[in-house]
Amino acid sequence: MQKIDYCDDGQFCSGHVACAGCAEALSMRVILNTVGENAVGVVSPSCVAIIVGGHPTSSARIPFQHGTLESAAASASGMKRALRAQGRDDTTVLCLAGDGGTYDIGLQALSSAAERNEDILYICFDNEGYQNTGGQRSSSTPMSAVTGSTPAGNTTQKKNLIEIMAAHRVPYIATASPSDLSDLAAKVTKAKTIRGTKVIIVIIPCLPGWGVADDAAVKTARLAVESGVFPLFEVENGVTYRLRTTEKPAPIAAYLDQQKRYRHLSDEDRQALQDDVDRNWQRLLWLAAGE
Amino acid sequence: MNAPLKNRNLKLLNGNHAVAWGVRLAAPDVAPLYPITPQTPILEKLIEFQSQDLFDAELLTPESEHSAMASAISASALGARVFTATSSQGLLLMHELLHYAAGARVPIVMFNVNRTPAAPWGFWPDQIDSLAQRDTGWVQLYCENPQDSLDTVIQAFRIAETTELPVMVNHDAFWVSHSVEPVDLPAADLVQSFLPRVKRSVQMELGTGRALSAPADQASWNLSRRDMDVAMHKVPGLIDAAGREWGDLTGRVSAPVETDRCDDAEIVFVTMGSMAGTAREAVNRLRDTGIRAGLVKVRLFRPLPVAELRDVLAGVPGALVLDRNYSPGTGGVLHQELKSALFGINEAPNLFGLLTGVGGINVPVETLVSLAQEYRGADPVSDPVWVE
Ligand SMILES: Cc1ncc(C[n+]2csc(CCOP(=O)(O)OP(=O)(O)O)c2C)c(N)n1
Ligand code: SF4
Ligand SMILES: [Mg+2]
Repeated sequence: MQKIDYCDDGQFCSGHVACAGCAEALSMRVILNTVGENAVGVVSPSCVAIIVGGHPTSSARIPFQHGTLESAAASASGMKRALRAQGRDDTTVLCLAGDGGTYDIGLQALSSAAERNEDILYICFDNEGYQNTGGQRSSSTPMSAVTGSTPAGNTTQKKNLIEIMAAHRVPYIATASPSDLSDLAAKVTKAKTIRGTKVIIVIIPCLPGWGVADDAAVKTARLAVESGVFPLFEVENGVTYRLRTTEKPAPIAAYLDQQKRYRHLSDEDRQALQDDVDRNWQRLLWLAAGE
Repeated sequence: MNAPLKNRNLKLLNGNHAVAWGVRLAAPDVAPLYPITPQTPILEKLIEFQSQDLFDAELLTPESEHSAMASAISASALGARVFTATSSQGLLLMHELLHYAAGARVPIVMFNVNRTPAAPWGFWPDQIDSLAQRDTGWVQLYCENPQDSLDTVIQAFRIAETTELPVMVNHDAFWVSHSVEPVDLPAADLVQSFLPRVKRSVQMELGTGRALSAPADQASWNLSRRDMDVAMHKVPGLIDAAGREWGDLTGRVSAPVETDRCDDAEIVFVTMGSMAGTAREAVNRLRDTGIRAGLVKVRLFRPLPVAELRDVLAGVPGALVLDRNYSPGTGGVLHQELKSALFGINEAPNLFGLLTGVGGINVPVETLVSLAQEYRGADPVSDPVWVE
C-alpha cells in the first residue's frame, strides 16, 4: 500500500462518466487538486472531456472550455493572453488532451505554442489510441498493438513525442503514471512554478481499448513503468534528462500479459517488442548521462 | 452626409490601414494574427502600432489561422475584447471554428479581405470566401471603401458585444484593401465612449466551476440555436441604431441597407462591397440619360435584413443583382438570397442575377450602364447570367 502525498481540497467532484475502473479519472483527481483553484482549463474532445462532463455539469471546480480536438494548445494560449491582458497572469492555464489530440491532430498547435513558449500546463492523457471514438490507432499506438483500425496489429512505432517537445526546448517535460500518484502530484507542483510551456504525459491503460481487466488499470500502468515501456522521467529545457531510476527495468512479459491487444503475438514478436524497449531504455540512459 | 471638412482629421489611408486604425481605436485586449495576401497590411500596421506603443493588445502570431481563431475564441471566452483578420484560404481553414465561435457566443470581431479561394490560385477580389461562411452564425458586413471599413470595424465591436455574436467585416481585395483614399479618423475618446466595456452574460470566470461549450443533449443544442436566432433578429435594429449614433458623432450615417436615388427608380442595382461604388457612378450616368436608376447597397448580409430589403425593393420594377461571387450549381449568392427574401411580397421587382466580376475581373461603369439599359423593362430571368 502506498500513501499518496497530495492535498485533496475537493477540486474534482463526483459524477464523472469515465469507464468504471479507469485510471484517468484518478489522475484527474490528483492533477486538479494539485493545480488548485486559481486556474482555468481547456479540454479537447477525448475521454478526459467526458470526465470533465457534459452540459450543464462539470466535475471540475475550475472553469473549463470544451475546445476542439486540434486546438487545445492554441486555446490555452488565447486564455493565457486574455488573463495577462486582464492583469491575472498568476492564474494557471491547464490544457487537457488525449494522445490523438496531442500526437496527431493537435501537434501543429502544440508545436506552435511550445515554440512561443506560451505559459501553459499541457497534460496529455496517453491511452495510446482514439479511445473516445471506440479505440482506433493514433500515432501513439505502439508497434503490434491491436486496435479497431489495426486488427492485425499496428505496424508502426509509437511516436516519440517527448523528444519532439524536447527539440522545442520547452522548460519542462515529464512522464507520469497513475501508479505513482505522489510523483504525478510532485511533477504538477513543479510545473506550476515554471513559466513557459510545460508538458506532462500521463500513461493511461484503457480498459476496453487495451483489453485490461476492470481492476487492473493501475497495476498495468505500474508494469508499464517498471518494465521500462513507459519510464518516468523529466526533461528540463529540452536537454537535461532526469530519470526516476536507472535500475535495469523488469522484462515486459508481465506487462504484455495484462492486455488483450498483445494476445496475438508470437514469441518472436514479443522479443521484438522487448528489444525495442531495451533500445529506448539505452537511449534514455545515454540522454540522461549526456548533461 | 459628411461633416464639415474643418472638423475632420483626414489621413490618406488604404482600406487595410484604415481597418488597422479602427482596431487601434477600438483597443482590443488580444489580437491573434496570421498573414495572408491581401490581409497582411492589417497585421503589419497593428504590429507597427504596437512597436510604437500605440496599440497594447496581446499580439499572438501562431502557426495558422486555425490556431489564431482558436486562441481568439478562448481569449474572448474569458471576457477579453478580441480582434483578428484574415482572407480567403485563411478564412476557409477556420471554418470549423467559425461555427464554434458563434455557438460559443464569443463576440470576436474579424476582418476578412475578400479574395478568390484556390483552385486555381488567385489573389483577386471575389466574395465567395466569406459568403461560403454564411451558415456559421457570424454577423457579416460588407464595406465599400476605406472610410466605410474604418467606421464599420469600430461599430462591429458594439454589435458583437451587445449581441454576443461574432462579427465578420469584409472588404474587397485590392479595390478596397489597397486603394488609398482620404479617411477621417475619429478621436480616440469618441471611440472609447462609443464602445463601453459590456459585461458578458456568460463567460469563463474563476470560482464558478462552469464549463463552456460542453457536450449538450439535443434539447440544449436546439435551444442554443434558438437563442442565436433571437440574437440575430436584434442585429439589423442595432446596426441601424449604431449607424445613426455614429452619424451624430462623425457626420457619417450608415444602415443595414443603404439606398441612393431609389425613390422613383425604375431599375436598381443591388450589390455589396466595392461594386456599390461602381454602381453609384453608373446610377448617376443613367440618370443623366433619363433612365431612373438607383442603388441598393446591402451592407449587412448576415442576418439578411429581410424587412429592410422588402421595404426598399417593393414597387421597384426591376432589380439587377450584381454578384461578385459564384456558388456553383446555383449562381450568385446575393441573387439567391434576394429571391427568397422577396418571395410572396406585393409588387416584387423583376430580379436579374448578374455574375459580375467573379474572379476579380474588372467591371467598368459602362458595363453596368449597358446592363441597366438592356434589362430595363425586360421579362424576369430565373437563371444567373454571366457578364463578360
Ligand atoms: C476535427 C475532429 N475530428 C474528429 C473528431 C472526433 N473525435 C472525437 S474524440 C476523438 C479521439 C480522440 O483521441 P484522443 O485524443 O487520444 O483521446 P481519447 O479519446 O483516447 O481519450 C476523435 C477522433 C473531432 N472531435 N474533431
Ligand atoms: S475508454 Fe479507456 S481511457 Fe476512456 S474512460 Fe474508458 S477506460 Fe478510460
Ligand atoms: Mg487516446
